[in-house]
Amino acid sequence: MKLNLKIWRQAGPNAKGRMVNYKIDGVESDMSFLEMLDLLNENLIAKGEEPVAFDHDCREGICGMCSLYINGEAHGPDRLTTTCQLHMRKFKDGDTITIEPWRAKAFPVIKDLIVDRSALDRIQQAGGYISVNTSGRTVDANTIPIPKKNADMAFDAATCIGCGACVATCKNASAMLFVSAKVAQFALLPQGRVEAAKRVQDMVAAMDAEGFGSCTNTGACEVECPKGISLTNIAILNKEFLLAQAE
Amino acid sequence: MTFLKTSVAKKVAMAISGLFLVLFILLHLAINLTLIYPGKEAFDAAVEFMATNPFIQIMQPILALGFIFHIGMGIYLEWNNRSKRPVKYVNNNPGAASSLASRNMIWTGLFVFLFLIIHLLNYFVPFKTQDVPDHYALVTGLFKSPVYTLLYVMAFIALGMHLSHGFQSAFQSLGTPRQKCHKFLVCCGNVFAFLVAFGFSAIAIYFYFN
Repeated sequence: MKLNLKIWRQAGPNAKGRMVNYKIDGVESDMSFLEMLDLLNENLIAKGEEPVAFDHDCREGICGMCSLYINGEAHGPDRLTTTCQLHMRKFKDGDTITIEPWRAKAFPVIKDLIVDRSALDRIQQAGGYISVNTSGRTVDANTIPIPKKNADMAFDAATCIGCGACVATCKNASAMLFVSAKVAQFALLPQGRVEAAKRVQDMVAAMDAEGFGSCTNTGACEVECPKGISLTNIAILNKEFLLAQAE
Repeated sequence: MTFLKTSVAKKVAMAISGLFLVLFILLHLAINLTLIYPGKEAFDAAVEFMATNPFIQIMQPILALGFIFHIGMGIYLEWNNRSKRPVKYVNNNPGAASSLASRNMIWTGLFVFLFLIIHLLNYFVPFKTQDVPDHYALVTGLFKSPVYTLLYVMAFIALGMHLSHGFQSAFQSLGTPRQKCHKFLVCCGNVFAFLVAFGFSAIAIYFYFN
């Protein structure tokens, strides 16, 4: 199929960016979206032009490295799908596709479609862990009884891959879904309860300091999240945060 | 104080002030309904109660503060949130993932605020500063103006939209267990939003034609 692409090109963090039009031919319906961009880049390199820079790694939908705001939606029009798992059969011959980087103050553009998402790493470092002594006498986690419901909810929260689609799609560029998933996955388990109060306060403080917006519960993040992280986690974060003040 | 500076605490404050205003709207709707049933005498008695009851007198400045806080904080949060995306998307399709009401709380809120000012000037100021001989006539007389009635109906449609998102959103901000309560709260919010929009508007339209 033939496609018209409108892609954000920006030479560097401080350079002025703009949308550039490209025509591409020979796109197969079984190609992934990233393979389509690979094809475009091969064409650009053959012509001696600068290829389009974009993030990717595993291309299996599990690493959280790919991003892209495609036709006005994070990770494109499909639900529960990362950009690398989006296939060109979702588009038609002759379609015009706009491709933009995640837009948020906390995610500055590095080049073209690549943004700096290290703000999420710093939030994680502020408390998204449990302090376990790994000296060799660590108690096996499976010896601690955990209600099935809590285990399931914690596991669901832990499937967050930290791609930043929640921030990209939120009208306030809020990172609440990401932060709440990281808070909830520990808050729901006995191992995480020990540091629960400090964790939620430190992670919310880090989130605010990184320049993300505040949550207005529009629910767009849950819809666009490729892993289906639930808004339930945001309610859990809010509850944990209020309870932490009482401690 | 560090607690109050966090984004989460500000949302909690919006939720509490919003739910407080919801209680006021319920009371106001109940009083307005007396205009139609049982009628003039009941409405005059309700006005008398609102003007003299000591509890209402204490609540009046608290209510005013509630309005000022909710509106002021809402404007601040919107302004602050807008600064979090300095470069906008060229192609954005927010309708694919969220409701119109949830994305436009600032506009429905500001429209209701604008109406509130007009409403205060038209009714509350004469109520407080003049010796109004007939409250029933003052209120029903306002609805003889097509412009005022139209503005009134539009304001309550905006308020209905505002409540359809705001009601359940407030409970989410307060951390109510979503899995147990969410569907119930969304249902309550939508029913309440409809009752407010329909109830106030229907009374206005009734008096416009009668």
